[in-house]
Amino acid sequence: MNLPSDLKEQFPLLSQVINDHQIVYLDSAASSQKPDSVIEAMNDYYRTINANVHRGAYEIAAQATEAMETSRGQIATFIGANSASEIVFTKNATESFNLVARSWGGQNLSEGDTVLITDMEHHANIVPWQILGAERGFEIRWIPLTSDGLLDLTQLDQLLDGVKMVSVTAMSNVLGTLNPVREIADRAHEAGALVTVDASQYVPHLPTDVNDLGADLMCFTGHKMCGPTGIGVLWGREEILDSMPPFLGGGEMILDVRKDGFTPNELPHKFEAGTPPIAEIIGLGAAVSFLESLGMTAIRQHEIRLTEYALNALDDRYGDELTIHGPKDASQRGGVLSIQYRDVHPHDLSQVLDQRGICIRAGHHCAKPLMRELGVGATARASLYLYNDESDIDALVDSLEPAGEMFAL
Amino acid sequence: MPGLEDLYKEIILDHYKNPRNRGELESPPAHKTEGFNPLCGDEVTVTFELRDDSLAELRIAGQGCSISQASASMMSAAVQGKSISEVRDLSREFKSMMSIHEESIDPKELDSASTATFQLGDLEALKGVVKFPVRIKCATLSWNTLLTGLDELEA
Ligand SMILES: Cc1ncc(COP(=O)(O)O)c(C=O)c1O
Repeated sequence: MNLPSDLKEQFPLLSQVINDHQIVYLDSAASSQKPDSVIEAMNDYYRTINANVHRGAYEIAAQATEAMETSRGQIATFIGANSASEIVFTKNATESFNLVARSWGGQNLSEGDTVLITDMEHHANIVPWQILGAERGFEIRWIPLTSDGLLDLTQLDQLLDGVKMVSVTAMSNVLGTLNPVREIADRAHEAGALVTVDASQYVPHLPTDVNDLGADLMCFTGHKMCGPTGIGVLWGREEILDSMPPFLGGGEMILDVRKDGFTPNELPHKFEAGTPPIAEIIGLGAAVSFLESLGMTAIRQHEIRLTEYALNALDDRYGDELTIHGPKDASQRGGVLSIQYRDVHPHDLSQVLDQRGICIRAGHHCAKPLMRELGVGATARASLYLYNDESDIDALVDSLEPAGEMFAL
Repeated sequence: MPGLEDLYKEIILDHYKNPRNRGELESPPAHKTEGFNPLCGDEVTVTFELRDDSLAELRIAGQGCSISQASASMMSAAVQGKSISEVRDLSREFKSMMSIHEESIDPKELDSASTATFQLGDLEALKGVVKFPVRIKCATLSWNTLLTGLDELEA
């Protein structure tokens, strides 16, 4: 199963010329590009059925509501959820985590409790726990890493002792590491904990089934999976979402409001206060259709091949002058390559690459605790997606040397 | 689109590769201030000693990109031995050069009498950074850190 070779043509942005070079986009871990079908779906919504949802009795309002709920159903199927009511729309993965921490954590965590996360988490899965922790005084514990950038699970049983929630990323946005979520989830459940999965880097790239992962709650974000910005998802097992109190309050999330109180709406609306980002939800549905039309297995295979190609090309050309953080084996990782080349600072590297139209990321990638573990202030990160091909990797490989000549100390 | 040569002038690369006044003074007696650029992870540590209202000794430590490191090195060479008010004037001048809006500073804002002829000298080489707005914070990190240090002492 191969992806069509002309995929780039479906992404209008990728035909752009930047700094006299056709753009080479290698920053999909930060945000992916959008295919025509997604852009069109959102435009069509505004052109033909724009109206507020779940309110009006007139035709276009009904159509808008139906389009939005169709997207919800598509997303549920895409990740193997048991029903569409397990799909809660948020603004992004970050908001999903804040929802989980505030609502579930607010109800269940107090002094003496423990949340277990890992050294490779994105700030989105750290800071919401820290904010609540500062109020409640519960402990945050960290699963350490091995020198290969894998989770070190040798002490997992001790680490799980007394833990109520394990919140772990399925794939690192810095190291590319694919974590053994199922194994962690099984052991967490045995220890009586629930499991939240950060699938922000996972859902866009691998076939995802929430039941196979063993997750109880899962957060991901639309803009990394060919969808628009401004739309994220919280999936949760129905009985868990049902047990959680509302997060934001306002319209849509209530069944009744009286002077002496309110009755929350049913799932998933209980967690969706106010007018939702309707166009973005429809855009995310179109993104899911697009990904399904290619097939997630084919996407994963493509990325493994391309990651292998990149790892080999970089190693052949630069050998010991270049370090790539994280696992060496492409089958154990996603297409996220954090590169250290000679002693060129990531900022300088990305600046030189930008002159050639190559977009990579330099910085801490919202994972400062991980940067400290790696002993670096920043990394230069190139990340791949379904539309990238060998020519993009070749451009990257060819550009490192000139940067080295300029900056090597 | 500005070219790389606008940003990475030879003198900048020279300061990056051969940083001046590198290291840390023992503190105390020296005053020590750390600065961070949260966006890119650059860190700078400025230690300095004042004598008779002048920056008698100053050292720079830390890690970061060529612009932040070169700017720190150039700053150290420019401010060493200067009076505090001269240092403040120079920093104001430098920061106004680093402002995207190219606002010129009003001479009345400057404290010391000698500043009418104040020269940025080598620091002028950093002017090109303005064309790369995301890098401005790199260039101003060491200056802001030094100013914080001076404020701390005067507080
Ligand atoms: C692993 C991971 N988690 C969470 C996020 C947060 O996503 P967002 O900024 O869309 O909320 C990101 C992306 O930035 C990520 O890579």
